[in-house]
Amino acid sequence: MKLLTGNELGSGAVTWWTGNGWSLHVEDAVDVGEHGEAVLHAEEGARRVNAPYIIDAVATPQGPRPAHIKDRVRALGPTVRPDLTLKPADPAAGDWII
Amino acid sequence: MYKYDHFDQSIVDARVAEFRDQVNRRIAGEITEDQFKPLRLMNGLYLQLHAYMLRVAIPYGTLDSRQMRMLAHIARKYDRDYGHFTTRQNIQYNWIKLEECADLLEELATVEMHAIQTSGNCIRNISSDQYAGAAADEVADPRPWAELLRQWSTFHPEFSYLPRKFKIAVIASPEDRAAMRLHDIGLELVRQNGELGARVFVGGGMGRTPMIAPEINPFVKADDLLSYIEACLRVYNRYGRRDNIYKARIKILVHEIGADEYRRQVAEEFAHVKTLGIDPPLAELERISAFFAPPAFDAADVEPDRSDPDFAVWLDQNVKPHKQTGYAIVNISLKPIGGIPGDATSAQIDVMADLAEQYGFDELRVTHAQNIVLPHVAKRDLHAVWQVLRNADLADANLDLISDIIACPGLDYCSLANARSIPVAQKIATRFADMDRQRDLGELKLKISGCINACGHHHAGHIGILGVDRKGVENYQLTFGGSGAEDVSIGKIIGPGFDEDGVVDAVEKATEVYKTLREGDERFIDTYRRVGLEPFKEAIYG
Repeated sequence: MKLLTGNELGSGAVTWWTGNGWSLHVEDAVDVGEHGEAVLHAEEGARRVNAPYIIDAVATPQGPRPAHIKDRVRALGPTVRPDLTLKPADPAAGDWII
Repeated sequence: MYKYDHFDQSIVDARVAEFRDQVNRRIAGEITEDQFKPLRLMNGLYLQLHAYMLRVAIPYGTLDSRQMRMLAHIARKYDRDYGHFTTRQNIQYNWIKLEECADLLEELATVEMHAIQTSGNCIRNISSDQYAGAAADEVADPRPWAELLRQWSTFHPEFSYLPRKFKIAVIASPEDRAAMRLHDIGLELVRQNGELGARVFVGGGMGRTPMIAPEINPFVKADDLLSYIEACLRVYNRYGRRDNIYKARIKILVHEIGADEYRRQVAEEFAHVKTLGIDPPLAELERISAFFAPPAFDAADVEPDRSDPDFAVWLDQNVKPHKQTGYAIVNISLKPIGGIPGDATSAQIDVMADLAEQYGFDELRVTHAQNIVLPHVAKRDLHAVWQVLRNADLADANLDLISDIIACPGLDYCSLANARSIPVAQKIATRFADMDRQRDLGELKLKISGCINACGHHHAGHIGILGVDRKGVENYQLTFGGSGAEDVSIGKIIGPGFDEDGVVDAVEKATEVYKTLREGDERFIDTYRRVGLEPFKEAIYG
C-alpha cells in the first residue's frame, strides 16, 4: 500500500493523509493507491502540508505501518525519548518501529 | 567577552524582522516551500524528521550566563524543555514551530545571539579551542581572531553563496582541542621570532570524503591574516565545483589541483587582495582584543580537599590545569551513562549559567565534544561547584573516557540519517559504566555518526562507528585509528559491519585486545598504531 505523509506547515509535526484530511497518527492513514501524486499537489498547493511525499507501507491489524525504518521513526517519535512520542503513556507503543 | 556594538545589534535585529516577514509570507502562501527553504536555512531553521529544528550559533563556543539562561528559556518556552549541544559548538532545538520562530529569534537577539551562519553555503560559525584564554600552552588568545573572522564573514557579500558550506577553526596551542585540521580552513596561531602569525591549513574535512588539511602556509603574519584568508576563499569561490554537491567542498579542489598549485593561486590572489586594504587597523584589533582581557584573577593557590573519593575522581578526570595559579578549568560532562550525548534540560542549562556567574567570571564554553566548560574557576571553589553539578546530574567524571561519546542525533531526529546513533552510544556507555574500568582504559575517543555526512566525527574517533542502511536495516561499520587532535588521522574501516548489539560487543573485544597488548602508558590509539589492525580483527571477527 502507499501512504501520503508530510509535515504540518506551521508546527512541523508529522502528518498522514486520511482520505479527507490529515492526522498525526499513522493508524489513520489510508492507501492512496495511484492517486497519491494528485492529492499531494492539491494539499501542498492549499498549504495544508509541507514537503509531502509518498511512501510504501504494509497493512497490519493495528493499521498501516511504513515500510522503511525512517518513516516508522517519523510515525511515532524519537526511539530514545518515549516521553516525547505520540504515545508517551504506552511503553510498548514503539515495539514495531525497529 | 565580546559585546555587540550598534552595527552588530542592528544587523541581527534587521535580520529577525526580515525573517518574520518571510515566515508570514510563507504561512500566507505568498511564497512556496522551494522559495522559502533557502531563506529559512539562512536563519538556521531546518525541517527534520519530527518537526522544525533550529540551530543557534554560539560564536567560537563562548557565552555568558545571561545568554546561557536565554538558551534555557528558549528550551522551556519554544521547545520541549531541552537542547542539544553540537559538534560545531552550537545548540539545536528539535521541536520548533515555524509560526513561533521569529518570536524566538527576537528574544535571542536581546542577548546578542542569532541563528545566522548555522546553515547554507556560507562561512559557518567559527569554532575554536574551548580552553582559550585559560590554557597554559597557548601562544595568544585565539578568541579575538575568531571574533574578527566572525565579523568579517557575517553577511560577507562575496562568500554568502559559496559552492558549499565552509568551516573555519582557530586555535593557538600545539595541543589541538578543536579538530582544527579537519576544517575547510584551520588556523594555528604561532609566534616566529616573537611575531604573531598563523600556520594556515586548507582543505580538511570529514563527510563522505575525509581529508586532513595540508599546510598551505607555515606562517602568515597577523597583519596579513584576513587578506590571506580572503584570498583562500576567493580561489575556492572561483574554482570550487558547483556541478556536483559531493565534490563541492574546498578539500576536493585542493586535492584535485594539489596543495602546491592551490598555494600558488592563493599567493597570486593574496598579492591582489593585499592592495585592497581589508586587514583591520591596529586600533580595531585592539578594540576587539580588549573584550577578551583576562578576568581579575586573585584567588590563592589552594589545593582542594580530596577526601571525598567521588570528588577526587572528578578532579582527576574533568578538571584541567589553568595558566593562572589558583585557578582550574572545569569540564562539565553532558554524557551521563545511558543518557543522550550533548543533551541538557533547561534546568541543567540554568544550573550551568548560575555556576558561571557565581564561580566562573560569567563565562562558559561549548566544546566540539558536546560538553560544557567553565574556563576560570578558583581551586578553592571546586568542591562547591562539584556539589552543585552532582545535584544536577552533571558530575559524570568521564571526560575523554570511552563513555564521553560524541554522537550525532542520528535517525532518531535527523532526516539525513541512515541509522540511529544515540542508542548505540547509550549501550556502549552502559556496558562500560564501571568507572574503574573506564579509567583503566584511559583516553579513548569514541565517535558515532548516523550517516556518511559524519556529524558525529566518526572519522576522527580512536574508535569510530558509522551507521548505514543495509536494505532497510541499521548496520554499523567500525573504524579504528582516527584522531582529531594534534596527532590527526582518519580512521580505517576494520571489516564487515554489525547490528546494534554486535557493534557494542565488537567495541568491548577491541578494548580487551588493547588491555592485553598495551605497553606502558599507551592509549588505545597508540597501541593500535603500534600493532596494527590484525590482532583486533582476529579478536572481533575470529
